[in-house]
Amino acid sequence: MKRKFWQNIMATLSLLPAWAVLLVAYTGSMIWSIQISFTSSRALPSNNFVGFDQYRRLFSTSRWLVSLENLVIFGVLFVVICLVLGFLLAVALDQRIRFENGFRTIFLYPHAMSFIVTGLIWQWMMNPTLGIQKSVRDLGWESFAFDWIGSRDLAIYALVVAGVWQAAGLVMVLMLAGLRGVDAELWKATRVDGIPAWRVYISIVLPLIKPMIVTSVVLLGIGVVKSYDLVVALTGGGPGMASELPGKFVMDYLFERQNIALAQAASTVMLITVLAVLVPWLYMQYFRKSGRSPT
Amino acid sequence: MNVSVSAPNSATIAASAVQLARGRKPHRLTAGRIGLYAFLITAAIFFLLPAYVMLMTSLKPMDEIRDGAIFAFPRTLTFEAWWAAWSSACTGLNCNGISVGFWNSIKILVPSVFFSIAAGALNGYAMSFWRVKGANLLFAALLFGAFIPYQVFMYPLVIMSATLGVYNSIAGIVIVHTIFGMPLMTLLFRNYYAGLPIELFKAARIDGAGFWRIFFWVMLPTSTPIIIVAVILQVTGIWNDFMLGLIFAGRENQPMTVQLNNIVNSVTGERVYNLNMAATILTAAVPLLCYFLSGRWFVRGIAAGAIKG
Repeated sequence: MKRKFWQNIMATLSLLPAWAVLLVAYTGSMIWSIQISFTSSRALPSNNFVGFDQYRRLFSTSRWLVSLENLVIFGVLFVVICLVLGFLLAVALDQRIRFENGFRTIFLYPHAMSFIVTGLIWQWMMNPTLGIQKSVRDLGWESFAFDWIGSRDLAIYALVVAGVWQAAGLVMVLMLAGLRGVDAELWKATRVDGIPAWRVYISIVLPLIKPMIVTSVVLLGIGVVKSYDLVVALTGGGPGMASELPGKFVMDYLFERQNIALAQAASTVMLITVLAVLVPWLYMQYFRKSGRSPT
Repeated sequence: MNVSVSAPNSATIAASAVQLARGRKPHRLTAGRIGLYAFLITAAIFFLLPAYVMLMTSLKPMDEIRDGAIFAFPRTLTFEAWWAAWSSACTGLNCNGISVGFWNSIKILVPSVFFSIAAGALNGYAMSFWRVKGANLLFAALLFGAFIPYQVFMYPLVIMSATLGVYNSIAGIVIVHTIFGMPLMTLLFRNYYAGLPIELFKAARIDGAGFWRIFFWVMLPTSTPIIIVAVILQVTGIWNDFMLGLIFAGRENQPMTVQLNNIVNSVTGERVYNLNMAATILTAAVPLLCYFLSGRWFVRGIAAGAIKG
């Protein structure tokens, strides 16, 4: 009996580091970071509380407003294109095609690479003087333009292209798993009824793989909110501030512009954005089903 | 019509890689089939083109690159840029090549992968087999933390690590990777152990084995598959990290991604595109190798990372 007691103490002790990480590194940091956003801290944290001043300043900073606007454009396009492309690729792969493994390997490999690598590759591809644009023009299409990274209006779409290239494979994998989970009887039944395949995909299969779609949206969405590396590597936020995103705004104000209170106000807004997506989803995904209770 | 879709979990996703397509039966070569292959091949070109261009550029001399034929095969094949990228590429005034970043990344990678997996395995084990108060709350909260952008924790963690004296050091970045790797690793092992037969644990208890003995002699030896998945996830994840390495590792220990970005996006002098692309390939090599060698395990890793719960 005494032995059992000691063993349980041991189990409890073994989780202490995890508790420490949760309470100090996650919860503590988060609260501290929110707290700083209500002070007038510049390069160093101060305890001079100024209420919501930093938030007011944040929402009158044009760089932040541009970042937010870009977040919406980038986020919506990136998520929608990834979903559509990922789904189409998954459907195409699910047609008993030849070389399925080869195709899947090709579609997914960019996902193994970092956003820095992704950004640098596409920066070179979109190089206005030596990149794709030059090659296509040399073929005779003189007005072809693919100099997006140098354009104030189009730089944000360059991020979408590179991002989709990196992440569409992920969606494909998830969707393909969903499709493979669909009962084979469904296909037999609809074939007997003479329903065209595209109809079945849209009306029956899509609703069936909803969990995969939701998961993809959450994963991609959170990736969008925290995106930093891709912007740094591909456009550096430019030209000017044309392709700034909130994730980069926070990092810049924390470590280069020495305005930590404003940065923390921005990161708190990011946090709230993520929570708005996360809470309903996590509730659906995890808390509703319970794992096996520990013995 | 009885239609069912299995609940998404890492096992079904991994299994989907082996199962046969359940779509419609193949027809003869109809217009639809041709369209299908046309779509797949177009997509494959979109995904492959950047890698092709990157490789070709890295193998050309600079004067050939200045001609602007980005898709052309090199007229004179040269590995000079590769060698230069590895051993003499410049970041600022240091011209020791990207090999510096490579070794830094290795130094960061090995302990980070080890500690994060060790922590995850231990947490997962304690959470699934022992009656520990608050374990479920701990797990749920950790999982929650895994989704929050790093930017939220960044500044306080910098101050904390500076207070502990590990800011700008390998130890510092390893600790940070272990902290941020912990939720996913815990999830992985907890779910894996939850799927093991409880009798395994009970039998060991009856034999008188204690907490650590069961962990090291019963659980870890049965954990090989999940350890492989965890290693793949952490190796690619930590190697590809940029933000944490930039902030916590310090100038002396910059990981390869950070150094690569400095090399390519430095504004001084003429841009050496072939060297840049060679350096980029070298930086991508480790996770790519991991991807091509591990095959389905990589997909399983993604699945486990994707479906948290």
